[in-house]
Amino acid sequence: MAKEFVAAGADLELKGIRKEFPGFTAIENLDLHIPAGEFFALLGPSGCGKTTTLRIVAGLEEPTSGQVLIGGQDVTFDKPHERPVNTVFQSYALFPHMTILENVAFGLRRRKTEEPLKKAMDALNLVELGHVAERRPQQLSGGQQQRVALARALVNRPSLLLLDEPLGALDLKLRRQMQIELKAIQMEVGLTFLHVTHDQEEAMDMADTVAVMNKGQIEQMGAPESLYERPKTAFVAKFLGQSNLFVGTVADSSANSLSIEVAGNKISVPKDRAEKHSGKIAIGVRPEKAEFHRTAPKPSANLNVLGPGEIKDIRFTGVSNQYLIDIPNVGNVIVFAQNVGVSPVVELGEKVWVSFKVEHAFGLQDLPSGNED
Amino acid sequence: MAFAAFSPSAAKATGSQAKSSSRVVLALLLPGMLYLGMFFLIPLVSLIITSLETPSATGAFGMYDYAFDVSSYIDVTTRYLPQILRSFGYAFLATFFALVISYPLAYFIGVRLRPRPLIQKLTLTLVIAPFFISFLLRTIAWKQLLSDDSAVLNFLRSIHLWGEHQYFLGTPAAVVWGLTYNFIPFMTLPLYTSLERLDLRLLEAASDLYANPLATFRKVTLPLTLPGVISGTLLTFIPITGDYVNASRDFLGSSKTSMIGNMVEADFLQNADYPAASALSAVLMAVILVLVGVYVKRTGTEDLL
Repeated sequence: MAKEFVAAGADLELKGIRKEFPGFTAIENLDLHIPAGEFFALLGPSGCGKTTTLRIVAGLEEPTSGQVLIGGQDVTFDKPHERPVNTVFQSYALFPHMTILENVAFGLRRRKTEEPLKKAMDALNLVELGHVAERRPQQLSGGQQQRVALARALVNRPSLLLLDEPLGALDLKLRRQMQIELKAIQMEVGLTFLHVTHDQEEAMDMADTVAVMNKGQIEQMGAPESLYERPKTAFVAKFLGQSNLFVGTVADSSANSLSIEVAGNKISVPKDRAEKHSGKIAIGVRPEKAEFHRTAPKPSANLNVLGPGEIKDIRFTGVSNQYLIDIPNVGNVIVFAQNVGVSPVVELGEKVWVSFKVEHAFGLQDLPSGNED
Repeated sequence: MAFAAFSPSAAKATGSQAKSSSRVVLALLLPGMLYLGMFFLIPLVSLIITSLETPSATGAFGMYDYAFDVSSYIDVTTRYLPQILRSFGYAFLATFFALVISYPLAYFIGVRLRPRPLIQKLTLTLVIAPFFISFLLRTIAWKQLLSDDSAVLNFLRSIHLWGEHQYFLGTPAAVVWGLTYNFIPFMTLPLYTSLERLDLRLLEAASDLYANPLATFRKVTLPLTLPGVISGTLLTFIPITGDYVNASRDFLGSSKTSMIGNMVEADFLQNADYPAASALSAVLMAVILVLVGVYVKRTGTEDLL
């Protein structure tokens, strides 16, 4: 039996978690603290160790070393059924031999909770699936199965709810709808959610805190806005949204800014937005923060100007246009311009200059791959 | 096929296709139907007819006249009641032991050995390996191993686990032992097929939902592998009730362990009492049909998946 069941969420702490599988290391020295009641997202590409992390928290894998603490209690060696944790699995893993209602009541029955069927029915009503209670999982659509899986986990009021890419199999519209519902439910029940996903939009949209994972380590962690505004590594800059990165050696340094030179263009970044202040560094800017001009803009202390370059590609995406501009010796620069009728109308092959404000630039602590030396 | 509903012409096309494919199905079924007709249906009818025959008016040994005489049925069900009860008793026991031995074995091969496909296939071959040697030879081998002055019994006597003048051959235990041994592969293979397909993510989900290993087995593993349990028990129980090798005096049994099969054999080959042998066979078949029907209904296999 699980040790403790509380109606409120508990905090999760991972201390020095390391997980080795035969032939490779899935997680290297992971430290993480998730405060109670928070919606926390682990974001990363497939194979980055995020699902392994989740399985270690659930108790389905044992870490090679390190500790797992839930609500201050060490559960590292507790079996899954002894942990106050429930998981919404990527595959949903609904029991095919039971009705939807019995699926949802499964955890309640195991814990000998009173009135399991009534509580299960309430949980089904919460996800608006009360009318399918007597059906079998295989008679439901993917979206419905997903909601049943959510109800089956939530009904137990675990201290910690783990979500293993539960929205992965849904189509875009349903996905959006489920994201909103999930967030609403989390706010309503006040549980701690640990959400694993490779979808950066989903992570930024739903989570209070996002940790970006890469190669078994957390690259950067923080509120979605701060991660997006100030990515610290090339991986985060590229994985979380899109970025234009420029690599050069620090040529000039003043009291509050430093600059590099890239193919005759001076690119500056405020010192407090740069991780590294000397040597070869990478400076980046988000595509929507950059603009392009048909005439060379007047250079100033707070404006970075690059160019001239040539428009290589224009993609219409609805709310904005995406321009790919090739600047000789610098490479491709992406610029997003909203379709509100203020950006110049350009055609493929036209000669343009790119500019962005110094205050929008960010300096990385590492270099994009291919630029290491 | 579902798209056909949207267009009448497509529906027509699938209709004629269905007609030609049903002809192919019929052609493919024909050899099997002929086989069943010749070697199952005709002998069955002949068996029933024989069971209703009456002794020849001439009184000649082994000669019978066509009749509708049910006295053979009354005769065998009273005369052979001990053998009938014994057959089903032994079959229940041997099926039970085979299930208890086979389930963990099939679980190990089908679930635990999944990450090692080569070893999995090899182990499965080991389960089937006894079939490479004749069933009779293997039973005779057991007879030698379990005989009164065999090394096995002598060893058990030396550590005082077996009485000095106690014997094993010819006892009901020896017969059940032999039956269990001989039918284990028939139990293991269907169980393996069920367990090999078992979605382990469901077991993880159960343990995530506070089910301890025992509850996970009772509530998830067992119900999901029930089809394997049912086909395994049927594949062992039915042939065991009709088995006449293990219980025979020439193998592991004695006159006190004879089963229905031994009586059918004796009536048919020694006593030339064909109506009695046929009636006994028919009774055996009827009881099995009823038991299997109740069993399948009770376990609710139609409710699965």
